[in-house]
Amino acid sequence: PGRQCLSTSSGQALPEKVKIVEVGPRDGLQNEKTMVPTETKINLIDMLSASGLPVIEATSFVSPKWVPQMADQVEVMKGIDRKPGVSYPVLTPNLKGFQAAIKAGASEVAIFGAASELFSKKNINCSVDESLQRFDEVMKAAKEFGVPVRGYVSCVLGCPYEGKVAPEKVAHVAKRLYSMGCYEISLGDTIGVGTPGSMSKMLEAVSREVPVNALAVHCHDTYGQALANILVALQMGISVVDSSVAGLGGCPYAQGASGNVATEDVVYMLHGLGIQTGVDLSKLMDAGAFICRTLNRKTNSKVAQATCKL
Amino acid sequence: MGNVPTTVKHCLSYEQLIQDYPWLKRWLLEEKVGHEFPEFVKIVEVGPRDGLQNETEIVPTGVKIQLIDMLSGTGLPVIEATSFVSSKWVPQMADHTDVLRGIQRAPHVRYPVLTPNMQGFQDAVAAGATEVAVFGSASETFSKKNINCSIDESMLRFKEVINTAKERQIPVRGYVSCALGCPHEGYIEPSKVSEVAKSLYELGCYEISLGDTIGVGTPGSMFKMLQSVMKEVPTNALAVHCHDTYGQALPNILTALQMGVCVVDSAVAGLGGCPYAQGSSGNVSTEDVLYMLHGMGIETGVNLAKVIEAGDFICNALHRETNSKVAKARGRTLGCVSVRENI
Repeated sequence: PGRQCLSTSSGQALPEKVKIVEVGPRDGLQNEKTMVPTETKINLIDMLSASGLPVIEATSFVSPKWVPQMADQVEVMKGIDRKPGVSYPVLTPNLKGFQAAIKAGASEVAIFGAASELFSKKNINCSVDESLQRFDEVMKAAKEFGVPVRGYVSCVLGCPYEGKVAPEKVAHVAKRLYSMGCYEISLGDTIGVGTPGSMSKMLEAVSREVPVNALAVHCHDTYGQALANILVALQMGISVVDSSVAGLGGCPYAQGASGNVATEDVVYMLHGLGIQTGVDLSKLMDAGAFICRTLNRKTNSKVAQATCKL
Repeated sequence: MGNVPTTVKHCLSYEQLIQDYPWLKRWLLEEKVGHEFPEFVKIVEVGPRDGLQNETEIVPTGVKIQLIDMLSGTGLPVIEATSFVSSKWVPQMADHTDVLRGIQRAPHVRYPVLTPNMQGFQDAVAAGATEVAVFGSASETFSKKNINCSIDESMLRFKEVINTAKERQIPVRGYVSCALGCPHEGYIEPSKVSEVAKSLYELGCYEISLGDTIGVGTPGSMFKMLQSVMKEVPTNALAVHCHDTYGQALPNILTALQMGVCVVDSAVAGLGGCPYAQGSSGNVSTEDVLYMLHGMGIETGVNLAKVIEAGDFICNALHRETNSKVAKARGRTLGCVSVRENI
């Protein structure tokens, strides 16, 4: 089907292409109760590589004391079959993590800031400004090694502790990360409370500080709003979307509720809009089926659940 | 890596600048930011009929009545109460007369019932119905398999019902099923949907609800279909009835709102699975729709917390979990500050 001319009231058309950043193996598995063997992680990433995804977040170089699910970071990094043209970024919360990542062969890294002071204090025990200063060292080292850095901002549409988060605060943190040298800023609705209303207000504020083609959205589906929020983001010029195969990763702030939006459901929507992603949906669904079997859980993807054929 | 090249690009090229900062162009041209959304959306609650009809477990009459009474207290303006179809075909709705007579009708709330033919219509009126609904299909095969006649033949049946309803001043709502796809035919041409919508509207239906019966639609197909239908039927006489089988319901509803539609069908707790995709979800849940609309500043007159209560009630009675993500999340949030100003 040709490109869909679904345009905004200001006449801006939807992007022709959207880059999907697959966060299942890291963000997804990190928030699953069941720990997954290294071999399974590697198989999952290899299956995802085969589905056409351009970016697959492989693991996290954070201390296993804090995140035991990612303790096998080095083995995973070394064990995966890197497909040419596919990026495999890893999280590096500090210089030590960065150095370990480089040693293990990482060629792209990611750092995290929060738009909420309370969340920052509770999550990583320091203020937002302090956390950004810590990342200065990582940025310097990354520049030296010529390694691109992606920046994440969490709590962009609400915080489990502070409640509402001002769009200007999100814009401030996004701008800081961008001027520090992050090539892309992923804006995360960490607890999934956002709606098309709050999403458009937040993006309006952030897009004044950071070029829209350097922005991504990372929506959680805890309140079922993810796809609607992603649609609004696309209409505002965003063309990078984070998602997680099978919707892996629950919400740590709402037990039993869902977290990440499912990649299958995002791809279904994008393809229905005539937007190219480069992803083969049926191969993606194979990867989702595989990891759900291993985790002994049902998929969170509605597309995967539906057996109706059209 | 690094952003200096971008800055240089901006200095050298205005086109590059406004491409990277779309807000600037809008600001310079004083264009309206964001979209025109309706200020008010009417929610048509179909849980007690469409929802329960598609649940595997049959619910006792007393429970149905209690559900409808709870929903009547939430502010919902329209609650589809039951269906006067032969109990041979739809045993879940066999108690239609008892339900309609048993509910406590709240003032300012409407209680339409399905009436597939004259027999059903007469029974409905005898039981006290003050509004009815008829179902057409945009797919010939679906029509034949579902109600055993062609689309044209079904229109003749509805003509009888609608004319009789007119005489008695009973408003009739028209449904078009398979508006975005058919389990048998696959892709459905938007022109076919507009043809059927137009027929129903011209016969006298005051509102046409366009149903994505198997939930396969996306904002892309929703847009194309509505563009076509809006040429034949006034936008303010249109409603969307989205199924969430592929998780697309909310973005599809958002698209419809952006195109001026301001009536949305939904089912409390997302009751009613999809008969064509076993184990999958069907109707979009009213709670999730309300959460989105309220978050966008759109009024509905509905109290979300009370809808969640009604949803909890019926899920307990059905021994099943809710399909509403909002209800799930609200029920399980750890002791954190509530950010849900919408609830």
